[in-house]
Amino acid sequence: MLAQNIVFSLLAVAMGLSALRMVTTKNVVHAALYLVIVLAGIAANYVLLAAEFVAVVQVLVYIGAIVVLFLFGIMLTRSKLGEDTDLDNDQRWVGAAVSVFLLAVLGVALWRAFGREPLNLTNSVARGASGANTERIADSLFSDYLVAFEVASVLLLAALVGAVVVARRE
Amino acid sequence: MVLNQFLFLSALLFCIGVYGVIVRKNAVLVLMSIELMINAVNLNLVAFALFNDNIIGQVFALFAIAIAAAEVGVGLAIVLLIYRNRRNVDLGGLSEMKG
Repeated sequence: MLAQNIVFSLLAVAMGLSALRMVTTKNVVHAALYLVIVLAGIAANYVLLAAEFVAVVQVLVYIGAIVVLFLFGIMLTRSKLGEDTDLDNDQRWVGAAVSVFLLAVLGVALWRAFGREPLNLTNSVARGASGANTERIADSLFSDYLVAFEVASVLLLAALVGAVVVARRE
Repeated sequence: MVLNQFLFLSALLFCIGVYGVIVRKNAVLVLMSIELMINAVNLNLVAFALFNDNIIGQVFALFAIAIAAAEVGVGLAIVLLIYRNRRNVDLGGLSEMKG
């Protein structure tokens, strides 16, 4: 338990600082690279939560594909590489006030709702009697959620075609 | 480990994402902040999957990842179109629809 808490603390500090740098940095490419740190931290948190399949998908899809898409977006929109002072609008204090207020509300609500309720790492999601994590996800995905799975694949196809149609030069 | 440590981390990331969406002017950076918020929500889903001993939370997180990938593809295509028409991706200047 202690080792997991130490790992979590290190991850949480790194992710919080990287996320803050991501929304405050003056360099667009650095923002994408800070996003990579946050996404990798989320994947590590999934491993801590005994969800190794979701962690691998997170690394493949987010760090492998979406960050590359963002870097292409930065390149194709010819954002200024290096320092750019014109990335923020003049709502900085409004934004800070809104997000701190939201964090306070969420924090109080979460503390009142869940307090110190422990996570049980010996339950069946973590250490399945009926097979490993990936096996159980596959069982659920291809039985109860088969229709949703097919709809998601059609959605991905539609998004792909839509992106090509929108971005194509006439 | 307690449940709330993951929920608090997720709330922190979500609020940082909200700050980014409000403050950033570059459309690509706004999309990145939205990705941060989606990831915070996914962390909640997986934490509750372990807490409630129910695999469905992880399945739902997988769906959310797929939909986020579709969203970012279409979003970046739209940003590219805005760039092609206006030569910048400054969200403050997009006022044609008088919103």
